[in-house]
Amino acid sequence: MRILAISGSLRRGSHNTSLLRAAEELLPPTSELVFWDGLRDVPPYDQDDDVQPAPPAVAALRQAVAEADAVLIATPEFNSSIPGALKNALDWASRPIATNVFRNKPVAVIGSSAGMFGAVWAQAELRKVLGAMGARVADVEVAVGHAGEKFEADGTLVDDDVREQVADALSVLGVEVGSGLVAV
Amino acid sequence: MSTIVEQQQTSVPAGTWQADPVHSSVGFAVKYLGVATFSGELKGFEASLVDGELAGKAQVASIEVKDENLYAHLQAPDFFDVERFPELTFSGRDAGDGRFQGELTIKGVTKPVTLEGVVTGPVTDPYGNERYGLALAAVVDRTDFGLDWNAPLPGGGFALANDVTLKAELSLIKAA
Repeated sequence: MRILAISGSLRRGSHNTSLLRAAEELLPPTSELVFWDGLRDVPPYDQDDDVQPAPPAVAALRQAVAEADAVLIATPEFNSSIPGALKNALDWASRPIATNVFRNKPVAVIGSSAGMFGAVWAQAELRKVLGAMGARVADVEVAVGHAGEKFEADGTLVDDDVREQVADALSVLGVEVGSGLVAV
Repeated sequence: MSTIVEQQQTSVPAGTWQADPVHSSVGFAVKYLGVATFSGELKGFEASLVDGELAGKAQVASIEVKDENLYAHLQAPDFFDVERFPELTFSGRDAGDGRFQGELTIKGVTKPVTLEGVVTGPVTDPYGNERYGLALAAVVDRTDFGLDWNAPLPGGGFALANDVTLKAELSLIKAA
């Protein structure tokens, strides 16, 4: 199974990117996590530019989603909501709405934050947005609060409870795909 | 000169009857934003009545609404999830007084439902077919079937009601 990993954070040393790396280590050999690193290159959405061919970064995102069996998004929380860059990328990906690449695509949303709530509001809004886009949003939540205590400086996850939650989320995502994927 | 007399009755005719798809309709109605009722149709359906046993199915992909984005959302996992659950079905039995008791399946969830019905007829149509009319309705809670989408309104409450009226107007032709 091919899972596309999208981190909603651009920051070097992002806890959310680290969370996705931790997910990668939990996957069985039959699955792979492919990281999309084009978030910084997606232009602001402008309907005037929403033509064929799409801007290269947008085309690459759409292709990456289309080629994936599932998508795993880890989001931080900015002002109680989705980071603008991530929302912007999804707005591009959602066009045209009736045939967009996220339609029926199994997606799991997880997140972490430096504060105590683990980006729960950003995650909730992200699920709403993905649902409106037609995605098959997995019923999972991994909210990693106090992220500074859960990861080492090099990004290694050191919290077994979080690791177990991520493993469960991957299992649910696998069931949505129909692969019966079970994290190791 | 003959006159067609419309006769309303509550007894369901015996024999085998098929819905004439052109002159029948299947649809739903639900309160939106608390003020007006939004309705849509399912253009693709089949229905039959065989000795009091009513069976029908409708295609989710055939839902017709007036906005393509709304259509796309209704087809998505947020609502009917056409990819996994392409049909709505009902099967039930005449329970007297025009009612049908049976099971309704939406989005893979099956629940007991009673349809309230009005039987009209019979008439002989201009082509020599014997016809009955069967008007059916039931109110169901969409969240019982996993159609849970909603959106909070700025002034309180939610955009979409949970109670949905399902309606079918069937023009039944007696099978040869």
